[in-house]
This record gives sequence, C-alpha cells and structure tokens, in this order.
Amino acid sequence: MSKIFVPLPDLPPPSSTKGIVGWSRENLFSTPLNSVLSLVIGLIVLSAVIPLLNWALFSANWAGSTPESCTATGACWSFVTSRLDFFIYGFFPTELTWRVDLVFLLLALSFVPQFFERFPYKAKLGIFSLTGLPIIAYFLIAGGVFGLDPIATNRWGGLFLTLLLAYVGIVASLPIGVVLALGRRSEMPVIRTLCIGFIELWRGVPLISVLFMASVMLPLFLPDGVSFDKLMRALVGITMFQSAYMAEVIRGGLQAIPRGQYEAAAAMGLNYWKMMRLVVLPQALKLVIPGIVNTFIALFKDTTLVLIIGLFDILGTVQNSIQDPKWGNVSTEGYVFAAACFWVFCFSISRYSQKLERKLHRGHKR
Amino acid sequence: MPEIPNTQNQQSKTAIWNDPTFRAIAFQVVAGVAIVWLFWALFDNALVNMEKRGINTGFGFLKERAGFGILMSLIDYNEDYSYGRTFFVGLLNTVLVSVIGIFFATVLGFLLGVARLSNNWLIAKVATVYVEVLRNIPLLLQILFWYTAVLLSNLPHPRDSMNFNDALFFNVRGLYLPGPIPEEGFFVVWMAFFIGVVSSISMVKWAKKRQDEQGIQFPVFWTSVGLVVGLPIAAFFIMGMPMSLDYPTLKGFNFKGGIEIIPSLMALALALSLYTAAFIGEIVRAGIQGVSHGQTEAAHAMGLRNGQTLRLVIIPQAMRIIIPPLTSQYLNLVKNSSLAPAIGYPDLVSVFMGTTLNQSGQAVEIVAMTMGVYLTISLIISSFMNWWNKKMSLVER
Repeated sequence: MSKIFVPLPDLPPPSSTKGIVGWSRENLFSTPLNSVLSLVIGLIVLSAVIPLLNWALFSANWAGSTPESCTATGACWSFVTSRLDFFIYGFFPTELTWRVDLVFLLLALSFVPQFFERFPYKAKLGIFSLTGLPIIAYFLIAGGVFGLDPIATNRWGGLFLTLLLAYVGIVASLPIGVVLALGRRSEMPVIRTLCIGFIELWRGVPLISVLFMASVMLPLFLPDGVSFDKLMRALVGITMFQSAYMAEVIRGGLQAIPRGQYEAAAAMGLNYWKMMRLVVLPQALKLVIPGIVNTFIALFKDTTLVLIIGLFDILGTVQNSIQDPKWGNVSTEGYVFAAACFWVFCFSISRYSQKLERKLHRGHKR
Repeated sequence: MPEIPNTQNQQSKTAIWNDPTFRAIAFQVVAGVAIVWLFWALFDNALVNMEKRGINTGFGFLKERAGFGILMSLIDYNEDYSYGRTFFVGLLNTVLVSVIGIFFATVLGFLLGVARLSNNWLIAKVATVYVEVLRNIPLLLQILFWYTAVLLSNLPHPRDSMNFNDALFFNVRGLYLPGPIPEEGFFVVWMAFFIGVVSSISMVKWAKKRQDEQGIQFPVFWTSVGLVVGLPIAAFFIMGMPMSLDYPTLKGFNFKGGIEIIPSLMALALALSLYTAAFIGEIVRAGIQGVSHGQTEAAHAMGLRNGQTLRLVIIPQAMRIIIPPLTSQYLNLVKNSSLAPAIGYPDLVSVFMGTTLNQSGQAVEIVAMTMGVYLTISLIISSFMNWWNKKMSLVER
C-alpha cells in the first residue's frame, strides 16, 4: 500500500496584494516617491474637480430662459438652453428649421449604419453619403427649387454651418487630394513639380491666411461680373488647404504599396488610370483610412477659423451671444458648451478611427 | 494553305498618339500652358480690377507713414514709422509668441509623455485625461476661453490691480514686472557669458575626443553649467552689480515703466503651449514605446542604473522616432500663432495682414509677403530639424 500524495490546498494570496489595498499598493504607493506624488496629485485633482462639479452641476441654474433666472452661484446653463436654437441653426428662419433637421436626420441615417458590423449595404450607403447626400442637403437648405423658399447663405450658421463646412471640405478634398498625390508621384517632371509646388505652398501657410486671401484677394482675381459669396469663398479656401494635407496622407498610402503590384497591373495590360483605379488606389486608400479620419478631425476643428472672416459657425454664434450685455458674464458657459460639442464629435470620431485601425491592421501585420 | 504573314521583320509602328513618350510630353505641355494661361488670366484680372478700384501696385507703400499705433512692440515704434516697420513689429511679435509657445509646449509635452507611461495609476490617468480633452477641442476656442473667460473676466482694473510687493502688478491691461536697466560696465557680463558659451563648446569637444580615445569621462554637464551661468554671475558681482531695476508705477490710467506682458500674449502663449503639449505628449509616448524592451533589459544587464538606462539608452533611441513628428508640431504651433487676430494680439497677421492691409488696400503684396514669411519660417524649421534628424539618425553600414 503506497500513500497517495495529496498536496495541501493553496494558501490564499496575502491580503495586502489583493483587492483595493493590493491594487493601490501596486499602482499608487509602490515606492515612497510614488506615494508622495499620488497624494499631492490626488489632492490637486480633488481640489480642482470638486469646485468644478459644484459649479457645473450641483449649484448650476438649469431652468428659466431669462437672465433673472440665474440666481444660484453656479453655472448659468439657462443661457445655453435659451440660445440653443441660435447655436444650432444660426440665423435660419425659425419656421423653416425642419429643413435643417431633415438634413441632420439624413446625415445620421447614412452614418449610423456604418458603425454596425453586419449592415449589408455599407458600401452603397457610403457612396450615397459622399455624392447624393450633399446634393440633397444643398437643395434642402438653400431652397429655390420644388417650391422651397430660397435662404441666402448669410443666414446659415451655428452647428449646422460647422458640419456643412467640415462635410464639404472632406468630400471635395478627397478627390483633389487623390489627384495631387498621384501627380506628386508621377514620372512627368512638369506635373510633379506643379503638384509639389501646390502641396507645399498650402501646407506651409496657416489656414487663417488662406481664409484671409480667399475673402480679400479672391474677388480681385476674378473677371468682372463673377463673384462668390463669403461662404463659398471660405469653402474654396478650406478645400484647397485641406486637399494639400489629404494629398500627403494618400501619398503615404501609395508609397506603402509594393512595386510588384504596379508591375503586375502593367503586365496585365492595364493602362495608367485602370491600374490606379482597380489595383493601387483601393489598397492605398484602405491603408490610410485612419490618416484620412485624423485629417478630418483636424479639419473639423479648423472650421472654427471662419469666425475670423465673419461667418457664424457654432463658435461664432456663441461668441456673438456672450457679448449680449443682458446676460452679464456668461462667457465660460458659452465656451464650455461649444467645447463640449466639438469634444463629443472629435473624440468619438477618433475612437472610431482607432477601432478601424485595429480592424484593418489584422491583415497587414506579419 | 493559308499564307502566314511574316511579322518578324516588320517594324511595329504605333500611332503617334499611342506612343507613351509623346503622350507624356503632350500632356505636360498642355498642363504647363493651361497653368501659365490661368496665372496670366488671374494676373490680368487683378490688374484690371485694381485699376478700377484705384489700388496702387508695387511695394512703394512700405515707405509710407503708417499712422496707427500697435499695442505691443519689441522694437521702437509709433504712428510716425512706416508700413514697412509694422511688418517687422508684427513679425517679431509672431516670433516671440512662437518661441515662448515652443519652449513651454516641449517641456510640458515631454512631462505628459513620460507621465502617461508612469506606473503610478493616478499620474497616468491625469495625463491621459489632459491629452484627450485638450486635443479634441479647437485651438481657437481654447484661445478665446483663456482670453475672455479666464483673463479678462477675472482680472481687476488698473486702479485696484493685484500688487505683489510694489514691484509686480497684475491687472486687466497686463502683467507688469520690474525691468532691468543695464548700467555702465554691464557689457563685461555679456562678455563673460559669451566666453562661457565658447569655452564650454570647446570643452565638450575636448571631452568627447578624450573619452573616445582614452575612455575617461569628464563631468561635461556641470562644467558647462558653471561656465555659461556661473561666469556671468561672477562677473556681475565683480563689477559691483551694474544694473538697476525699473519699477512699474501707476500713472494716470495705467502703469508705466518696467516690462509689460499684455493679456492677449499670455492667453495666446498659454493656449498654444497647452494645446501643442497634448500632441507632443502623444509623440513622446509613442517614441518611448517604440524603443523595444530588450534595450532596457540589455542596459540593466550591463549594470546601468535606471537613470543611466533612460539617459544613455532609451532617450537617444526614442529621439529618433520623436523628432520628425515633433518638427511638424513646431511648424503647426508657428502657423497656429496666426490665430492672434481673434484676441487682438498684434502678430504678423493681425498687424500687417489686418490693419496695414485695411489702411493701404494693397492686398496682393501684403498677403504675398505674409505667406512668404510663413513659408520661410516653415522651410527654416524643417531644414534645421532635418539636419538634426540626420545627425541623430542611426549610422548604418
């Protein structure tokens, strides 16, 4: 008879290494220096966050629509709620805002399904959102057809103008960027020089000077009788500027495609444009989707610059409203609201781009 | 039996419009002609339009009297100086805010990058929140926030300005500091500084050569600190402190004397530094993460301590990854400093492309000059950084 070896049951881990105690010993108080830093920074964060929360939430004014309703010591959110229509629609006629709402709805309908993995018509919807949607949106907002009242562009404003600038910027700059990127890698010296010159010129100057140029100088360069309105000029400036950046992003993708792909396509007898359209660009564009999204975020933030040439985007409407002496000093509330709008958009787009990057990377990592 | 045509000796003759070389040349000629025509048409339109509106052309306006004041100037300026002078006033203000911004953004950005990698959970999370919040909010909004909501709303009027020891005043017009006035003999301090710089450069070269040849280390850092900082201080005291301070005093409605830092400069520099630091933090984090962990382990195996590992092994390699994107952040900062007109900081865009353009009406020349400046600054920074990048890059066989 041999004894069977029965090991003793494992001892539980020491109580100092598990649970909240263990976690904080490891992550907050691992060394004396770390302990001091944790305490000091914790105190600083607490002393900043508590008054901030108190100001923004607990002692804030939510109800009411007049300056007199702001009696509590905290933030005066009633300023934002009473001006919300102005922040979203700008000077658009109040009774016609349903047209803008419809555009928002179409925008949401064409983008939300893209987030669902299993939605079947993603590509078709994508093409619609880049081609059909802008046309429908333009006629809905500008009017003048199908019995819709025409609305002049100087009445466009607020959040919807911001979205419009960003959307037109991205839709127009993508094809121009592709052409410029191809031109920069062309073997024809004249074309290459022109493209390099164009790209480096726009990339070397600040957007604000481009917008200034568009608003001050463009009328000088146009023949008699041809004139754009202010919004159109800003759009031209933003598109030119953005397409130079887009071209550099796409060039990165083109450079990442191995030479063999070009040679194989040429061996199949494809001409230049077919080679690009069927073989190179589909691969290159897929590679740089994260870069394109990042460019889009930068563009989205840059649309605020139209404020300086006198258009009323969301920041413009906020800036305009906080100068109303009736409300007293509400600049912080206004800026926090505008910042929150931008933050929600940019943060979610960047998260989406990171997700996309991980998803697309799978096939390329060796 | 059908005859097989003999194609062997026949020269293949393609039509000329199918010849790739011809097509390339033709296409380029067409493109070149179209561009030239476009520019000529624009130029012609501009000439016609300007004549019609009575706008002068040429750079003669630069010598005319400007006739407007500028809030802040690093060089002598008043209304009687020329338009050309306003260009330099604006340019120097742009350079000033860019240099301040680059300095603080770099310091804060490196701190943030290291903090995000800290094993202290709290520090890492605070840095993450900072980066994610700041970089997703437009810079213009941040500039306006610091200027309008923080500075202008909270600072007192000049009459009841914050007073620190009767030397430092802070009010809605700006921050007033005592300004140093060099007296006789101060040039000795400058000379000592100059000698310190020159001798420390040659000392570094000598120490490197000696270490390469004999392997003996020399305390390069502390010696150069002693030479560059210590020598001028010693000279300052030897010469009997040849400097007096110009204290700001309240005269009429505002302070006179001393150094004045206007709120728009503060807001712009603050916003630029905080915003760019978020991006630099991400670049630094990526750079440090890009150095493989094996390097740290190898350095530890060689007996290097943590600090030495960081200084001698990790940072030199991380810098190679960091420098190219860091350059473009610096470029962005310089270009972003042109948002100054939003808060009235008198930079190049605000002074020259704003006031000077509105007064003289010579849009083409002024916009071209302004854009030329930004292009030049871009080229200078990027070529300097390329040079440095080449110097730091891996020496391969």
